[in-house]
Amino acid sequence: MVKIQVQNLNIWFGSMQVLKNVNLEIESNEILTIIGPANSGKTTFLRMLNRLNELETNFRMNGSIQMDGTDITALDTELLRRKVGMVFALPTPLPLSIFDNVAYGARTHGIKNKKRLYEIVEKALKEAYLWEEVKDRLDISAFKLSGGQQQRLCIARTLAVKPEVILFDEPCSGLDPISTAKVEEAMLKLKQNYTLVLVTNNVKQAARVGDRTAFFLSGELIEIDKTEKIFTAPSDKRTDYYIRGKFG
Amino acid sequence: MARIMMDSRKTEKIVFFFLFLATLLIVAPVGMIIVIIIQKGLPAINWQFLSDIPRQGMRAGGIFPAIVGTVYLVLGAIAFALPIGLLAAIYLSEYARDNLLNRLIKLAIVNLAGVPSVVYGLFGLALFVVFFKFGASILSGSLTLGIMILPIIITTSREALESVPYSFREVSLSLGASKWQTIRSVVLPNAIPGILTGTILGLSRAAGETAPILFTVAAFYLPQLPKSIFDQAMALPYHLYVISTQVPNVDEKIRYATALVLLTLVLFMNLVAIIIRYQFRKKKKW
Repeated sequence: MVKIQVQNLNIWFGSMQVLKNVNLEIESNEILTIIGPANSGKTTFLRMLNRLNELETNFRMNGSIQMDGTDITALDTELLRRKVGMVFALPTPLPLSIFDNVAYGARTHGIKNKKRLYEIVEKALKEAYLWEEVKDRLDISAFKLSGGQQQRLCIARTLAVKPEVILFDEPCSGLDPISTAKVEEAMLKLKQNYTLVLVTNNVKQAARVGDRTAFFLSGELIEIDKTEKIFTAPSDKRTDYYIRGKFG
Repeated sequence: MARIMMDSRKTEKIVFFFLFLATLLIVAPVGMIIVIIIQKGLPAINWQFLSDIPRQGMRAGGIFPAIVGTVYLVLGAIAFALPIGLLAAIYLSEYARDNLLNRLIKLAIVNLAGVPSVVYGLFGLALFVVFFKFGASILSGSLTLGIMILPIIITTSREALESVPYSFREVSLSLGASKWQTIRSVVLPNAIPGILTGTILGLSRAAGETAPILFTVAAFYLPQLPKSIFDQAMALPYHLYVISTQVPNVDEKIRYATALVLLTLVLFMNLVAIIIRYQFRKKKKW
């Protein structure tokens, strides 16, 4: 089932065109990985799906993005961002306790009941495989956690809002291999209940976790296909070059 | 080669000497002011001086009404300038787009900071005393001082808000929080130390200025406490000016003691703000 359909998407920042006529579909409960060299527009594409690009003053777009048949630009941004959560490249805990970080979204959406909040926090931390490591010290500062734990905390914080789609923007770029493996494990479990879009600079990571993979180059979508296909028999020469490390 | 090494070492020493000298030159006047004021003023300080009204044409008695007047004026100025300044700073840092109007507003604030304080005094006289008919009163004086310290509070608050990492805002927005929720729960709490610094600066400035209160509130000699915000009041900086230049034969001790009280008052207010700021900084975690 198609979760998100992107048609003829063009994005400019000022006079720079960052995305050029992108068309693709994102299926429910899949992990779509997006690979490509720096400045290929993959992060801009990701930030379009929760409309974070609109924070930039000189942002312009045309084309359409539909989620479950509704144009996302017609949605209230607050509502859209509850449905489409995001995990950023560097771990970005807020300067709050572990508990308050995870409860942040729920609180802003008006949930005040302590017991209810605790249930939400516990469930989210379990889903992000962090619960066992932090359950006895939920009130300490989130900054006291290691980088990998912080990133899983950020995943839990996103999950606590109960999104339908989760965007990952190079979530492992600052992590060691063991922490990376834990984050990847969490992602693979999460796709049972969520739709995941993962932008990564790590081609091997795309091969490990992606159901389908899209290759972006200079703002264009070069190809999108099953991950095995992209990594064994890509139809475009440039994809092949990139995967084999010939450029980028 | 060896000679070049020697030369560069010598240059290093000379540079160090002048840099250190310049730094020392800044510290010296501060130290001297404090030492002289304490030396000459401390002997005249006693309970009566702090708690009594001025007597014998301000040549004896105390300065209690001036202390109270200054405290009222400073609190009034902060009560007026902090909320307005903070709201303006939030608008400028979080909401204002880069357009002509907002650039004009920013320019106006920068210029406001450069206006001489006596001009604020005349402005306060024309607007609050005469036009709004508040008369020479604590209200007029507080409002005038408040406008004078607005640019300080706006500028420092804006810097404090803008120094909160942008990623905090993005995270909050990405979790579905509205812009105002983001400001209230993520941006403001982390900007409080910086905002307090601005408040400290404004507070000290308001306590020490003479010109803005000259025409708007300050009484030459008023041996009683103000009963409402519509009363005139004595104030320490103006009182100091009066007993130093307008009244003959005032004991030097009394003049320096008045200066010492003013200095201590400002220092004390600063200290309170610094302690509050320290408490917040301790909690800061990034």
